[in-house]
Amino acid sequence: MKEDPGFYDYWPYDNRPKISWPGGARLAFWVAPNIEFYELDPPANPHRKAWPQPYPAIPGYSIRDYGNRVGHARQMAVLDKYGIRGSISLSTALCDHHPEIIAQCAQRDWEFFSHGIYNTRYTYGMSPEQERDMILDSMQSIHRHTGQHCAGYLAPALSHSELTLDLFAEVGTALAGPDAGFYTCDLFHDDQPTPIHTRSGKPFVSIPYSLEMNDTIAYVVNKIEPRRYGQMLRDNFDRLYQEGATSGTVMCIPTHNYQVSCPHRLRAFEEALEYITGHSDVWVTTGREIARHYLDNHYQQSVADIAASSGGH
Amino acid sequence: MALDKTHLEYPRRGYGMDHDRYDWSMLSERPAVRWPNNAKLALWVNVGLQFFPLNQQGKPFGVPGGMTMPYPDLRHYSLRDYGNRVGIYRFLRAFDEHGITPTFAFNTRLAERAPYLLHKILKRGDEIICHGWSMDSLHYGGMEPAQEAELIERSLGRLRELSGQAISGWLSPARNESEHTPDLLAANGVQYFCDWANDDMPYDFRTDTGALVAMPLSSELEDSYVLMNNLHSEQSWLEQVCDACDLLLQEAASGGGRILALNIHPWLLGQPHRIGKLEQALAYITSQSGVWSAGAGDILAAWRQSAQ
Repeated sequence: MKEDPGFYDYWPYDNRPKISWPGGARLAFWVAPNIEFYELDPPANPHRKAWPQPYPAIPGYSIRDYGNRVGHARQMAVLDKYGIRGSISLSTALCDHHPEIIAQCAQRDWEFFSHGIYNTRYTYGMSPEQERDMILDSMQSIHRHTGQHCAGYLAPALSHSELTLDLFAEVGTALAGPDAGFYTCDLFHDDQPTPIHTRSGKPFVSIPYSLEMNDTIAYVVNKIEPRRYGQMLRDNFDRLYQEGATSGTVMCIPTHNYQVSCPHRLRAFEEALEYITGHSDVWVTTGREIARHYLDNHYQQSVADIAASSGGH
Repeated sequence: MALDKTHLEYPRRGYGMDHDRYDWSMLSERPAVRWPNNAKLALWVNVGLQFFPLNQQGKPFGVPGGMTMPYPDLRHYSLRDYGNRVGIYRFLRAFDEHGITPTFAFNTRLAERAPYLLHKILKRGDEIICHGWSMDSLHYGGMEPAQEAELIERSLGRLRELSGQAISGWLSPARNESEHTPDLLAANGVQYFCDWANDDMPYDFRTDTGALVAMPLSSELEDSYVLMNNLHSEQSWLEQVCDACDLLLQEAASGGGRILALNIHPWLLGQPHRIGKLEQALAYITSQSGVWSAGAGDILAAWRQSAQ
């Protein structure tokens, strides 16, 4: 085990080179619906339990199933209304279980990125070969079902190994060269994209995917009231939008259809979207497009600035 | 270091669910349901009438809301009992004032212990469903099947005997089930159960012993979840209920009839500082046009009729 994961160097949010978004936008805004499949009876991972109760764990399983049966269509209608294309963090087995959902998203040109196979299969305890096989399977599933080369990764249930990002970047290169496996949502250290070290040296970037704005963290872990969540989203936006006048920032709302789409919660989310998209100079986009723009326009400059300001590696 | 190879095998990775209990279906793709008199929203107020025994066994876990202190945990025992002595009568007055037809989910042991309350409910003519034997009689995976069969037979049989009602609905304590619970319920004449929180509308559920319908009793809007688990304010519970009502009414305009299910408990919302919020919620909901307050069994019957 290491003291520091070694993915990035210290880089102060102070005097960084300016990030310019397309059209002179101050802020890149993206919504990342997690569309997940949880198994009722997964193999028991030795390091983490999937469910608190013995099989069948109906309370947890059934509310997650609600997200697919009921919540998805509801959130999709709201995103349509505000002209937002989702960037889906996908349990890729869902392509097999619920192809109707995949078709609806593909029709809207939403982005699909890998969130593993099932959200009840954890990375903990996998050998590097097993983790590589799992990542490869997930990226191939996305390509087979949607034609997209998977650009981003969020490890299933945020379960990682030390090699997760290296393996994801390498599998992406093997599948589609620089067109696949070039960004991660697994790190929460910044409000702007940052370069990430990988052992293959591939240009690779971390895109802000806020844990604080994540509806499941807000509602389930922090037990926040729906209207307060709506206010937090607006406050988060206000500050990032203000700072974006100096250098481009990123705001992400990660969602789950079994949380944000419940009848008593959707209003708070919708009001925040209305507020955010009602501003000019907001680039409403996807994770892949933010990562691509950053790699093409700001990555080299950032790497050089990090080396100068921290001594670099 | 590696995991056993089964961790990278996916035997149920195929179309539909990863079990055989019900078919995969999206609510947005189903035919619109029509409620009687072209109502848009069925209001299902479900009142949990619960008995938390002082000598809780806590198998396989201590039920949420149950005893947490060393025996005798008088604070939790008596505070839960408060609901059946005091809070419920505030509920009944609120229901009458707002023209609500509630459904009462009785622990059978409470029906035995509180005949006055049972008869008061029976006289109203509202539907009673079985909420298991007591809050400490959990149904759980790994439970001895013969033991669960006896528990279900006893819970339903005794409640039918005491109430004289057919008792066709079921809500498991803590919504916990074993792998056999749905089969045992259907075998004992239960037509619908309310444990699964995966839909906003009823759907058909398969058992080895006959047909069952899963009725959508929202768990996330339940008073105990919002107030006790999440520690949200009473005002927030009211706002959440009103927001849910608005959204479901709006959805009903294009998607067909919807159900607003409020699962509430007199030991929580029956407190003097909370009852006003329940009254305000009921006043708000019943002031909307197209709201139909009905018992769970009547909502199910209307759903079946609409589906034909």
